[in-house]
Amino acid sequence: MAKTRGWRWSLPALLLAGPAYASGSNLNMTPGVTDISQQVYDLHMTIFWICCAIGAVVFSAMFVSILLHRKSRGVKPATFHESTKVEIIWTAIPVLILIVMAIPATRVLIAMEDTSDSDVTVLITGSQWRWHYEYLDYDINYFSILATPRGQIEGRLPKGENYLLEVDRPLVIPTDKKVRFLMTSDDVIHSWWVPDFAIKKDTNPGFINEAWTQVNEPGIYRGQCAELCGMDHGFMPIVVIAKEPADFEIWAKAEEERIAEIRAEEQRLLALQMNLDEQMELGERVYLAHCAACHQPNGEGLPPMFPALKGNQVATQDRAEHIRVMVDGRPGTSMASFARQLSLRELTSVITYGRNAWGNDTGDVVQAAEVYEYMQGKGSN
Amino acid sequence: MSTVTTADHHDEHHDHKPTGIKRWLFTTNHKDIGSMYLIFALVMFFIGGAMAMVIRLELFQPGLQFVDPQFFNQMTTVHGLIMVFGAVMPAFTGLANWMIPMMIGAPDMALPRMNNWSFWILPFAFLILLMTLFMPGGGPDFGWTFYAPLSTTYSNDTTALFVFSVHIMGISSIMGAINVIVTIVNMRAPGMTWMKMPLFVWTWLITAFLLIMVMPVLAGVVTMVLTDKYFATSFFDAAGGGDPVLFQHIFWFFGHPEVYIMILPAFGIISAIVPTFARKKLFGYASMVYATASIAILSFLVWAHHMFTTGMPVFALLFFMYTTMLIAVPTGVKVFNWVATMWRGAMTFEVPMMFALAFIVLFTIGGLSGVMLAITPADFQYHDTYFVVAHFHYVLVSGAVFSIVAAVYYWLPKWTGHMYDERLGQMHFWCSLISVNLLFFPMHFVGLAGMPRRIPDYALQFADFNAIISVGGFLFGLSQLIFVWVLIKCARGGEKAEARAWEGAEGLEWEVPSPAPYHTFDTPPEVK
Repeated sequence: MAKTRGWRWSLPALLLAGPAYASGSNLNMTPGVTDISQQVYDLHMTIFWICCAIGAVVFSAMFVSILLHRKSRGVKPATFHESTKVEIIWTAIPVLILIVMAIPATRVLIAMEDTSDSDVTVLITGSQWRWHYEYLDYDINYFSILATPRGQIEGRLPKGENYLLEVDRPLVIPTDKKVRFLMTSDDVIHSWWVPDFAIKKDTNPGFINEAWTQVNEPGIYRGQCAELCGMDHGFMPIVVIAKEPADFEIWAKAEEERIAEIRAEEQRLLALQMNLDEQMELGERVYLAHCAACHQPNGEGLPPMFPALKGNQVATQDRAEHIRVMVDGRPGTSMASFARQLSLRELTSVITYGRNAWGNDTGDVVQAAEVYEYMQGKGSN
Repeated sequence: MSTVTTADHHDEHHDHKPTGIKRWLFTTNHKDIGSMYLIFALVMFFIGGAMAMVIRLELFQPGLQFVDPQFFNQMTTVHGLIMVFGAVMPAFTGLANWMIPMMIGAPDMALPRMNNWSFWILPFAFLILLMTLFMPGGGPDFGWTFYAPLSTTYSNDTTALFVFSVHIMGISSIMGAINVIVTIVNMRAPGMTWMKMPLFVWTWLITAFLLIMVMPVLAGVVTMVLTDKYFATSFFDAAGGGDPVLFQHIFWFFGHPEVYIMILPAFGIISAIVPTFARKKLFGYASMVYATASIAILSFLVWAHHMFTTGMPVFALLFFMYTTMLIAVPTGVKVFNWVATMWRGAMTFEVPMMFALAFIVLFTIGGLSGVMLAITPADFQYHDTYFVVAHFHYVLVSGAVFSIVAAVYYWLPKWTGHMYDERLGQMHFWCSLISVNLLFFPMHFVGLAGMPRRIPDYALQFADFNAIISVGGFLFGLSQLIFVWVLIKCARGGEKAEARAWEGAEGLEWEVPSPAPYHTFDTPPEVK
């Protein structure tokens, strides 16, 4: 209710004062949590007020003229129609105003672009429609995907507080350290945007962009992909947790251990046989998180861009091809390689799931060793 | 200013136009072709508008209710393409066809058969584009800016048709532009020197040069998309030695001048209407001409301000920030000149003047947010948000579209011979003015608060404003039905219009009777 009252109150004021008084609310740019974002905010407000002042002068002159110089008041039109002096004045004054704007803008820009002397480096890779984070100074890398359940999006469940702005595994960075981001993409152009850091940078496939931040406040910061990247462009949020440097080190150590454990488990897994039920359960979870956006929860896909898996020849017959597509992707299409995105266990289960769900009753139970063998065989692991 | 013998007596003898559909198919008459362009633009405005209604319906509430994200992307893409290439540009070409020969005292456009062609290929271009929506896989869904590789490797199979359709639109525009240039350069009446030409003619001449320079660039870039997708070239694919950012450089080298193509003729229209209803000569005619030319030249030096987040070197960021800011100077001069024209005039406020005044205020708001967008560090926060959507709709809807509507009301008596219904027209104006601001002003806020553009669903904090925006959108759409009603009513009848339909109107077009005869100025008028 509070929100509703908010806009009712602000609506009449919209045209008069704009977003000026609304800092920190839903109406204006955030000042953010870094020195740079604060400077960007100050710059934004400075230009905003200058623009308001220009608008006020021009529109006042216009409205005074509309009120006074109307035929219904019986005025006779004047005949003046040129003045070089006036033209020079109203060319020169805007030039001076623009110079005043350009000086601080240049200063902030040069500071923003200086990525030297960083303490931590994270390689961010965008792909349709998830983010991958790789810490170059640690043995840590993982994917970060939308955590909002489909039910909330489709209106079957009530929407949560952070609807569409929540992920399964957020990026974690230390506060008070200069964190450098390297950005690239596996497929189309995405754009990594966290308003609180004033960072928005495109991830271009085949090229690497740079940005940096130094966060002053521990906290959770949310953003979104800002460049149209296909169907689920609106569904690839960014969540960053900034921790005190000591807490960050604890997290990093735990994360490295967790990843090492997963690897060890994978090796154990090679000797193990997983049964169908176990695989179907995990496989469904993986499918809904990673595959359902395109191939749809019912396996019917959105042909012709995203083919149906239900009754699909690869999923019902050609087992080797099924493994190959999952591991390598299909170049030239939206079907990405999942070799890096999923653990061996997840990859195996989702293949088994695809071969047994929606009436694809092949009864096949693919085992980790079989997938692993293919990956080793082509050296993609 | 000029003396003219009324030309209506020509009308009877050499007016051998066929009747029925053949008249329109084979016509080489600039007035017929102008009317067809304008009607076509109106139809496209409603088709593109219907797509905007789908977008606003889906965004009325958070969650996915009506359309799936793929179809949503097709709607945003085709809405943009139709409004830019199908509504705004043909409407200006229609006005050029109707008015330029009459304003410079020429009997017709210089190349009348080409004129017929440049119109008649246009419906086919849009038929092809619209057909793709009903094909398997759907229409283009990569945004009207069709960034590679989303439009190449990752696009659907109808992309070839999209490319073909854009090629036809481009050919049509180039032919139209050639015609405008040749007409203005060669066919001015004796005494119509360069610096006596009405500003609408000047702005269109400069626009036509922009068109000829940049439409081939667009044709080039869509062809590169075509070969990248279907013929294994790698212009935009790093794996083959290309660069996806190259696409954006080429596209915006076309795209930024394109923005001015859609606003310079609007400046010409406002410069005709404001003096008429202020009953005072346009202030600073010469500076208006120079300002238009400066804007056109600068438009080639600013393209990368659409690309600040692509990772350019800091030197390039600074260069494009400074050049972009400079554009504010000649644009400012224009606004100041209009206000100076109004100053100490004797104004009346008929519908064309109301739309022109709204244009000046709302276009200036769009211009000021443009200055904000030019500031690179701040642009990192604004880029690809609803703040940008608000900015370009202020300059394109309450800018370009309002100017076109103003022009239609202004010249409608000349075209139909009847005055439009002033009361209905005022109603159309006030409904449009209120709803357009309800629609686009709150977009500034959701954009600043962090809502990206081109998303079918959004976080909950944007919900209230999006509901308001949608309501504004529906009202704006409905308001335009009043416009159609005014047009039909005026075409059918109404108070008889004088040759000089407006008391303060100046220019050759007001010297011929209303409605303008089928052929005007067979004998060139003498301009003193």
